[in-house]
Amino acid sequence: MKNKKILLTITGFALIGLFAFASKYYKDYESDRLGFLSQKDSTIFVREYSPQFGDENAKVFLIEFLDPECESCRQFYPQIKNLLKEFKGKVKLVVRYAPFHRNSKFAIKALEASRKQNKYWEALELLFKYQPNWGNHHNPQPNLIFEYLPEIGINIEKLKSDMNDPEIDKRILQEVSDLKQLNVRRTPTFFVNGKPLERFGIEYLKKAIQEEIKNSYQ
Amino acid sequence: MQPKMNEDKKSWMLIFCCWIIASFSTLGSLFFSEVMEFPPCVLCWYQRIAMYPLVFLFLVGSFQTAKSTFAFTLPLALIGWIIALYHNLLHYEIVPETASPCLEGVSCSTVYIDWFGFITIPILSFISFSLLLGILLILKRNDFYEK
Repeated sequence: MKNKKILLTITGFALIGLFAFASKYYKDYESDRLGFLSQKDSTIFVREYSPQFGDENAKVFLIEFLDPECESCRQFYPQIKNLLKEFKGKVKLVVRYAPFHRNSKFAIKALEASRKQNKYWEALELLFKYQPNWGNHHNPQPNLIFEYLPEIGINIEKLKSDMNDPEIDKRILQEVSDLKQLNVRRTPTFFVNGKPLERFGIEYLKKAIQEEIKNSYQ
Repeated sequence: MQPKMNEDKKSWMLIFCCWIIASFSTLGSLFFSEVMEFPPCVLCWYQRIAMYPLVFLFLVGSFQTAKSTFAFTLPLALIGWIIALYHNLLHYEIVPETASPCLEGVSCSTVYIDWFGFITIPILSFISFSLLLGILLILKRNDFYEK
């Protein structure tokens, strides 16, 4: 009788111990795997639907709030591309929208619809390239977008109908609510793993990325 | 007297094994829902309802006669086994999902884990309940020879 109790007690503790150990192991494994994403407030920076560019396992998230109609975003774009190339495998770009101009929403809808044809990044680059034409602030001609997009093989009929997807409106509302909460007032605004830049500028951005790489890959 | 003692010991070991299986399954299912944060579906909940009390029933049963332990654990083990069987049929699409009670919330045919291509959560549950039923039947036979 006494042996039974001892055996039951030891087994019980062993099972609970195993559970505790497995939980701890799993949590550590997950937080290591997810890095920045395991933080509680990370969803405000990286939404489930946000377009991401770069290695899936990269631990540094470069979050850029951009507006396809913003000139400064256009100028930054090649530099961002270079940064992503330089830190390939360690950094990924997450695009968030800040529709601050008159036709931003229209352009964002076109981008999101291009995504359904797997041409998102090509479309973004194209919109930046022709931005002075369609997004001229004195004489904006957003419909020109439809003339440029076939250049990269986009089916305009499908694009137009995809642009009416209510899911896109929902996403834009979410973007606007997030950027208000994050106090994003100009574009482009960068966050590296959720941290704002010390000062605006590509060299500060690079410094912030290097800092986060150091923290994430020690 | 000696053979009876041996049979008693054997019965106790069988109940002890059942208790370990029930505890392991309970903690395992809690691990999936609380640690890995997979939301349990309706059918999983029904199986949990059968499995969780078994931990305490086998624990208390290990101080009772094999006969009474068998009597009060068999219904839960059997019901759990039937639900697990149904869940697997659903999982492997032998029974269509529309015929199932899982219309809202988490779908019962969502695959959360898939180890080695065939070990899923419903299969784990089915294995546990099958082992429990099997051992209980051995216990019953063992108990029968005791008399």
